[in-house]
Amino acid sequence: MPDITFIHFDGTEQGLEAPAGVSVMQAATAAGVAGIVAECGGSAMCATCHVIVDEAWADKLPAPLSNELEMLECTATERQPTSRLSCQIKLTAAMQWLVVRIPERQQ
Amino acid sequence: MNDALNIPELDIDPYSTENLLDPYPMHRRLREAGPVVRITPYPNVVVCSRHAEVHAVFNDHATFISGAGVGLTNFDTETPFRPKSQILEVDPPFHTQTRTVLSRILSPKVVMQIRATFTAEAESLVERCVEKSNSQGEIDGIHDLAQPYPLKVFPDAVGLGDDGRENLLIYGDMIFNSMGPRNELLAKSSARVSEVTAWIMERCRRENLRPGGFGDQIYQAADAGEITHELAPMLVRSFLSAGVDTTINGIGNALFSLAHHPDAYAKLHADPALARPAFEEALRWESTVQTFFRTAVRDCEIAGLAIPENTKVLCMLSSANRDPLKWPEPDRYEIDRRPSGHMALGSGIHGCVGQAVARLEGEVVLAALAKRVKRIEVAGVHSRRLNNTLRALETLPLRLVAA
Repeated sequence: MPDITFIHFDGTEQGLEAPAGVSVMQAATAAGVAGIVAECGGSAMCATCHVIVDEAWADKLPAPLSNELEMLECTATERQPTSRLSCQIKLTAAMQWLVVRIPERQQ
Repeated sequence: MNDALNIPELDIDPYSTENLLDPYPMHRRLREAGPVVRITPYPNVVVCSRHAEVHAVFNDHATFISGAGVGLTNFDTETPFRPKSQILEVDPPFHTQTRTVLSRILSPKVVMQIRATFTAEAESLVERCVEKSNSQGEIDGIHDLAQPYPLKVFPDAVGLGDDGRENLLIYGDMIFNSMGPRNELLAKSSARVSEVTAWIMERCRRENLRPGGFGDQIYQAADAGEITHELAPMLVRSFLSAGVDTTINGIGNALFSLAHHPDAYAKLHADPALARPAFEEALRWESTVQTFFRTAVRDCEIAGLAIPENTKVLCMLSSANRDPLKWPEPDRYEIDRRPSGHMALGSGIHGCVGQAVARLEGEVVLAALAKRVKRIEVAGVHSRRLNNTLRALETLPLRLVAA
């Protein structure tokens, strides 16, 4: 399964190999990546797993559904053009080397 | 070949007094018996008690529907005790539009706007509790704190009038009892059902709601054509049935957790910013909503085991929250655990729509305590209020030692 990279707000990079069939959020929380809070556990209900997808990847991911778009209006750090909820990005083999940035605040 | 033979059966009644008082030994037996278990008293039910299967069932709403009721009764084959919830007990596509409206009214963004009011109410109530504890030697954590707080702030936010709010307690108790069998608990709690339901429906009328409150916003959504006008009062009622008893017990159970873990409380007192994770861990460790059901809409499988169409699937949320396959040392209350993925507020499309408000209430009450109170001491033996669905305390004698 894909290797993905999280770039923390201070610029440090953290790579991990995600297990099969999980979301970016699940991969992050399983590996203890700081800055992904994910209070609601993946139901697109809390906006605390906000990530900013690297521009090179922006068009390659399936588009967000309406419930995710609404929740993206509720992020603690202002939403950016490539903002996503990491719980709604289901990892596939095609996402090898996906890069996402973690915003300054989740709450 | 009969896969059903691979599903173990235990002679367990989840609704026995013994299991309602202390469900944890039952949970352990069920989890150890297998991912899916049949229980002798309810032949049309299978039980999922491990985290993986509870999560999987909740996240497959196409196979495991809510429209046949999220309690023990199968609405497709039996007469419901009460009309079904128009949000919790409906399926897509009908569910989707309504859910969108409710999500917007209770969104994290809205919660930021009510935060200051909710915090001020929590601080003044905690102050009154500290004064009472000083003068009388103890408070009742339930009647003095866990109950009055949600009963004040949430109906205020919905836009309800002040008087008669104790009816909400009777109503909530009845709703959550009605998801179990038609036992003594349900009979007792529904003794005043028609009177209390009439009161609540009157209060849910538009002219009785404060303009701009959560309730009025539902009517505005009806004006905008997003939902029907017939649905609006029922959704206001859903706010009140789902949003009061749950948070009361969430806060009560958090007080119980902290009173019995003085080291954890000391950490919280030293760093009130831990209020939110402390509440979250209490949701996991002592979950308010113990169980919800789904119904298999066709022959299907759970964990590779065959489940016939129309089977009721009993999902034990609080057991999933203490599943050792998911959580290290699950029986320990650890204030700095990150229990993301716990099932106390559900998961998937029916996940608690008010969860941002619920977390706000829990957080600001615990933060107010953390700042004002040095120690919480157990001042006597607690008692439980048994309910078919909720884990609830009747009394919780506490001594608050001011900082």
